[in-house]
Amino acid sequence: MIFQPAIIALLLAAGLSLFMLLVASPFAVQVIRHWDIASGSEQQLKLERLTYLFSTLVAFVCLVQILAALLFVFNADKMSVMFVGAMCAVGALNVNAYGFPALYLQLALFFLAALWLAINHADSRARDYPLVKLKYLLLLAAIPLFGLSLYLQLQYFLGLKADVITSCCGSMFSTDAPTLASEMSALAPQPALLGFYGTIAAAVLLSAWHWRQRGDLSGYAAGLGSLAAFVAAIAGILAFVSLYIYEHPNHHCPFCILKPDYDYQGYWLYVPLFAAAAAGMSAGALRCFSRRPSLVHVVPQFTARLAGIAALGYLLFALVASLMIWRSNLILLD
Amino acid sequence: MNTWIEKQRHLIDFTLASLARRKGKNLGLLFIYTLLVFVLASVALYTHALRTEAQKVLAGTPEIVLQRLVAGRHDLIPPGYIEQIGRIRGVQKKEGRLWGYYYDSVVKANYTFMAPRDLKIERGEIIVGPALERSRGLAAGNGISFRSYSGELHTFIIADVLPQNSELVSADLVLMHEADFRAFFKYPEGHFTDVAMSVANPQEIKNVAIKLMDSLPDSRPILRDEVLRTYASIFDWREGIMLALLSAAILAFGIFAWEKAAGLSAEEKREIGILKAIGWETGDVIKMKFWEGLLISLTAFFAGYVAAYLHVFHFDAILFESVLKGWAVLYPRFTLPPHIDGLQVATLFFFTVFPYTAAVLVPIWRAATTDPDTVMRG
Amino acid sequence: MLELTNIRKAFNQGRHNEYWALDGIELAIPEKQVTALRGPSGSGKTTLLTILGCLARPTEGRVRLKGEDISGLPERFLTEIRRQTFGFIFQQFNLVRGMSAIDNVILSAYPTGRPRKDLLLKAESLLAGVDLGHRRDAKVEWLSGGEQQRVAICRALINDPELLIADEPTANLDTRLSKEFLAILERLADSGRTIVLTSHDPMVVESDVVDFIVSLRDGKIVDEK
Repeated sequence: MIFQPAIIALLLAAGLSLFMLLVASPFAVQVIRHWDIASGSEQQLKLERLTYLFSTLVAFVCLVQILAALLFVFNADKMSVMFVGAMCAVGALNVNAYGFPALYLQLALFFLAALWLAINHADSRARDYPLVKLKYLLLLAAIPLFGLSLYLQLQYFLGLKADVITSCCGSMFSTDAPTLASEMSALAPQPALLGFYGTIAAAVLLSAWHWRQRGDLSGYAAGLGSLAAFVAAIAGILAFVSLYIYEHPNHHCPFCILKPDYDYQGYWLYVPLFAAAAAGMSAGALRCFSRRPSLVHVVPQFTARLAGIAALGYLLFALVASLMIWRSNLILLD
Repeated sequence: MNTWIEKQRHLIDFTLASLARRKGKNLGLLFIYTLLVFVLASVALYTHALRTEAQKVLAGTPEIVLQRLVAGRHDLIPPGYIEQIGRIRGVQKKEGRLWGYYYDSVVKANYTFMAPRDLKIERGEIIVGPALERSRGLAAGNGISFRSYSGELHTFIIADVLPQNSELVSADLVLMHEADFRAFFKYPEGHFTDVAMSVANPQEIKNVAIKLMDSLPDSRPILRDEVLRTYASIFDWREGIMLALLSAAILAFGIFAWEKAAGLSAEEKREIGILKAIGWETGDVIKMKFWEGLLISLTAFFAGYVAAYLHVFHFDAILFESVLKGWAVLYPRFTLPPHIDGLQVATLFFFTVFPYTAAVLVPIWRAATTDPDTVMRG
Repeated sequence: MLELTNIRKAFNQGRHNEYWALDGIELAIPEKQVTALRGPSGSGKTTLLTILGCLARPTEGRVRLKGEDISGLPERFLTEIRRQTFGFIFQQFNLVRGMSAIDNVILSAYPTGRPRKDLLLKAESLLAGVDLGHRRDAKVEWLSGGEQQRVAICRALINDPELLIADEPTANLDTRLSKEFLAILERLADSGRTIVLTSHDPMVVESDVVDFIVSLRDGKIVDEK
């Protein structure tokens, strides 16, 4: 194990998040079993008061997860100097088998947390709190995931040995290695470019459509569009956006762009991208509840706003990516 | 949207007024919070600056240093040893180095004596590091005598003093002519302390080291990257240990914050009761308290960080220099290059704001869920 | 305006010291009238007032506000309704010490997010209406009892409520100030507001301002006139 402040901070964040959720879980069970909005009994009043604690607590945990995801990548990048062969976060994450799974789970937790907050927001605007039991079931269901996240991070950090020779972004995203990541990198620039702009434009249009129209069909379409655009965006970053930033025809790394060497340009891409993806997908998922009587007016208004955020986010992302391509001295296509 | 912003402004307004009304209590919390950030940030900034300094220094050293071992101890390189290495692909340059330690009983400190290859020094002259200049009160043109281990007195003229900027390594350095060096230490002709090699391609270093081990089984190649890694992890480790020790302080701070947030005065409880009764909702009170926590946290974080920055970079980290730095007697007096690092700020944030927020969450909720009818029940 | 059906309210439910502060209240509060609740202490006046004012939820029974059933609403929505519809005047005035009179007045409008400028204008005219314009920036603890109550009345009016709730409004006032209060009450009633108050004070209960008197004893209504 490498004893390092950022690692301790990450473990602290994962551990404390899990601990808070575990402490909260008996109350979540109580809410699921005894919730009765029509009753004025003291128990019901107590449960209603508890929901405030949970919303605040989960909002806090979600915020921590978002920051932890950033810190995780940041830290992996910083640690890369310690491993032979590692030049950036990819190398550090490759030191053992737990690095990438830990990162993926961290990102998944980010999206789940965002979805929970969206459901919570919609629910607390309906006068009978129609989704309260579902919310707390989801919370209970997420606890094992938080546990798994802590386990993976612990395994990853405990398994860090400085003498391991690792492979870095050069080999992982090189076009002839047989991994999914390299498949994405191997996409020929021209079709990749078309797919990238096509999918993102579709997501922007679908989201904008839902923003105006607020119907179920457009809502689901915006959700699916956001999902597709997220995949296309990551593929696009791997396949060509990164190349333009590095001005190097073979450097397909999604992490190096976060480094100070490249003026932290990656954040300009990832922040709008993740915000847009979280908002768009949440909008799609929330449409499942649009038929509940008390949500009939709440959900459309909220999903429309989320779709608006998604459309803006993807638009911003596409503009930033285009700007980076335009400014670059690299020429991939004539 | 506008109403939302306006509402947050109202809440912040109220929070500021409410903080001002309870200056004593809040200043106490703010002071302790700032102190915690200050200590943690000082540790982080200091070790980070040391780490960057070490990296910068090592960047100029050879990729591989070869030592010879006898019975597991470092021994001199005998004549003809370098030639035995022969040609290894990738090695651009290899040369024997001459250096050693000298204990100066006058100031009770160790100096590093060295005969550089690439610097022209006349016989009888030396170039000294800045620490020596200070401790012995020397300047260029002065003469100084050292009693060698064999008991003879050697006198040298100081030709020059090394510049301050890389003082971490050069502080205790004394550079002299090769012949003077051999005479002073009675160093046998043709022998060297170790061998420095430069390798251009970083991918080759490992292979070169393996070949060296093959051709000279009694040698020990030391790779610069490994030294760098060791330094980096030693500094990280020291920082980690400091943090582990300080975690008790963080915990104590968490408990303190919990106490402060939970121990609402009767006046504060009354206020929250009034707010609830006249139309504030639990969520509004939580938001108000959230702004309060954010204001306190940001103030403490900013003040603590700036104070730590000044402490480390302008006052040379006087408070715990000796814990984190020293192993030599001659303390290098150096001003670290100021450096702020995103990861470090993020980490610090996790260590301070995160425990604070976690600690005050439940007490805030307790206070916020005061029943609105309590004020009518006297 | 407000209709209560079979309202019961329990405290310490399920424990050995459980007791029912209200037991089967049926009451309709008429619009644009002044209703007074009276009864000995412990009769459930204040509890009834908290339920009428949506400060608490009944354990059983229905509350209808302008025909809409609001008894099962969570706190978040109940508070919103309360803020829009009700204004409160408390026995202890309940002003926030250390804040100026005008800041106290606009305090209950903070969650609405109305612009501060508008709020201040409104509060100034309210304060001027009760002859406190010159005291707007004085800290409330420096005001006399009568002045404090007038600040509290202004605070109750800042959100333009249709319904005013007053709990023992004259309990802390001498005869002269009580008379002044009744004058203000009359003005408010004339402006078309519905008013519900509790009082021991015969001067209030028997004044001409009050249109209806509801008497309570042991959590039940014993008399209405």
